[in-house]
Amino acid sequence: MTQPAASAHEDAPTSTAKAAADKEGSGVRRPLAGWGDVRTLSLLGVLAVLVAVGGITAPDEFLKTSNLQLILTQASVIGVVTVGMTFVITSGGIDLSVGAMVALASVWATTVATQDFGFAGILFTAVVVGVGCGLVNGLLIAYGRMVPFIATLAMLASARGLALQITGGTTQIVTVGSVLDLGARDSYVLGIPPLVLIFAAVTVIGWLLLNRTTFGRRTVAVGGNAEAARLAGIDVRRQRLYLYLLSGLCCGIAAFMLIVLAGSGQNTNGNLYELDAIAAAIIGGTLLSGGRGTIVGSVLGVLVFTTITNIFALNNLETAVQQIAKGAIIVAAVLVQRRSPHGDA
Amino acid sequence: MPRTPATSRRALLFGTAAVSAGALLTACTSNEPKNKEAAADNAPVADDKPGKAVTIGFAGPQADHGWLNAINDNAKSRAEKYSDVTLEITEGSNDIAQQIGQVQTLINKKVDVLVILPADGKALTQVGLQAMRAGIPVVNLDRVFASPQAYRCWIGGDNYGMGLNAGHYIGEQLKGRKNAKVVELAGLDNLELTQQRTKGFDDALKNYPNIRKVARQAADFTVESGQAKMAQLLQAQPQFDALWNHDDDQGVGALRAIDQAGRDDFLMVGGAGAKSAMDAIKAGKGVLKATVLYPPTMAASAIDLARALAQGKGVGGLAEFEIPSSVTLYSAVVTKDNVDQYLSTGFI
Repeated sequence: MTQPAASAHEDAPTSTAKAAADKEGSGVRRPLAGWGDVRTLSLLGVLAVLVAVGGITAPDEFLKTSNLQLILTQASVIGVVTVGMTFVITSGGIDLSVGAMVALASVWATTVATQDFGFAGILFTAVVVGVGCGLVNGLLIAYGRMVPFIATLAMLASARGLALQITGGTTQIVTVGSVLDLGARDSYVLGIPPLVLIFAAVTVIGWLLLNRTTFGRRTVAVGGNAEAARLAGIDVRRQRLYLYLLSGLCCGIAAFMLIVLAGSGQNTNGNLYELDAIAAAIIGGTLLSGGRGTIVGSVLGVLVFTTITNIFALNNLETAVQQIAKGAIIVAAVLVQRRSPHGDA
Repeated sequence: MPRTPATSRRALLFGTAAVSAGALLTACTSNEPKNKEAAADNAPVADDKPGKAVTIGFAGPQADHGWLNAINDNAKSRAEKYSDVTLEITEGSNDIAQQIGQVQTLINKKVDVLVILPADGKALTQVGLQAMRAGIPVVNLDRVFASPQAYRCWIGGDNYGMGLNAGHYIGEQLKGRKNAKVVELAGLDNLELTQQRTKGFDDALKNYPNIRKVARQAADFTVESGQAKMAQLLQAQPQFDALWNHDDDQGVGALRAIDQAGRDDFLMVGGAGAKSAMDAIKAGKGVLKATVLYPPTMAASAIDLARALAQGKGVGGLAEFEIPSSVTLYSAVVTKDNVDQYLSTGFI
């Protein structure tokens, strides 16, 4: 992952006008970017191929309802993180601290003191810690004029450190029944796990926010050419602050979901989420240098990764083979997209 | 009375010879055990009585999970138990360069003996050699150095034995069950210890022809990965009889996945010996029936060995004059029957 360094350069006011012209407001001119996009269609094709492979190699298990529920549940936590990441990358930034924020929020929300306040206490703490970290990131980047790569790298280190400090290396087991029940089969709504419902809600809100609001258009404009956006009257710094706040909020929600899923808080939670989220967003068609972003693409990217993992496990592949195949599939997915007319991911 | 002296001389000679032989025989039979006892008595063994004051330097990795946490706690509390031991403990680090620096600092401080749990055994071999050359004996804890010259004594767990004992326990439990299926949830696959655990497990299962291992997936020792991988395994295997999970930390997540899937049709064996696992075994309600230990008490034993080494004594209960050069600990199987005995060693 050396590419994020390149995106950092985009923040310099001297970023070339040509690059800006290439990217300028592609999302603005095509507000429906998402569904009709060739890139998205090709990703749906990749997903369809994967489903076919799963159906052929593990016919008894893959096509069950319970397996669909499993894939969506396992996708939900990283999916919510990826939605936040998509906004940040669209604005030309990067957030390397998402995994660490998830870890810190999940740990802080599962201390004995927090658990005394029950369901509401855990949810509140997770979200507030996420937003708080996002606020620090945003202030450092927008007003401290730090390069996002460095500011969020610092947050990654210190949030992980603080998470370790809080737990002292122990696994904090959740004893609040109402939180644990949320992951149980009994609480499925019409067969849909509550975690998947949260994921769906975050996706829909994210899509509306990026494609149907001024906030979304400003995000794309800042990512396309920050200087042009500033001259056009957009408060670029405040916009950046909001975006890192949003990423922090998503991490807080994801942390709560992870607590439900794993029934515990541990400082190792969210390990390498930053890479998974960035990879899913890029595969989905969001431009790493900013100016173009697609929530639908990101979510499909997450689903591709989760489905791959699922098929590997159902076929009992060895870890080494899994890793090789995963790398190959990422390359293949990106190459497929490059063949599409607008594809330059 | 010429004959009397002759008779008496002969009698005297015979008598003397007989008595001497008898005395010699008696001496032989009685002396042998006496000498043996003396040998054992001569070996000075370390016990609770205060001896020569000893400074032990302790360097370990960052305690970022329960087991390593317990390692530090065991070392500290054992050192506190002895009035003649001063423990110089460094801030744990996973950074190899930093840990090398910490050990060098302890060498410069001229501690009497070093206990080192390296972040990476191979990478810290050189600093172990340095200490030995500086005349400071090293007790190498668990992760072994690349060269035996880098330590005076190695003490650690038995990963192969963990797998072996888990396999034998499962084998005995499933005895007589036809076509029994077993599933393995391994730890981090790029660690050698994971391969050793799996090898031991497979070797044990070979003794039970009625058992077949149908699936193996690797998590990475975290709760999160345990949940994710176990959920997939449960989906992939709608029916199996037993599960071995390498690590109780990831087992928290695995148990969560089992709970969420509503499955209770198999028995589960854990690994390492976390308190949460022992509590569950004691309660006996869930699928978790046993766990094979990788005991963190080895750190306390390492302090014992270091103290004995510095005081020039052997180990109590053994006849040797010196501490052993290698101690491999046994991976006991903790079940409901013996869990009370081990509960205090469970780490959180």
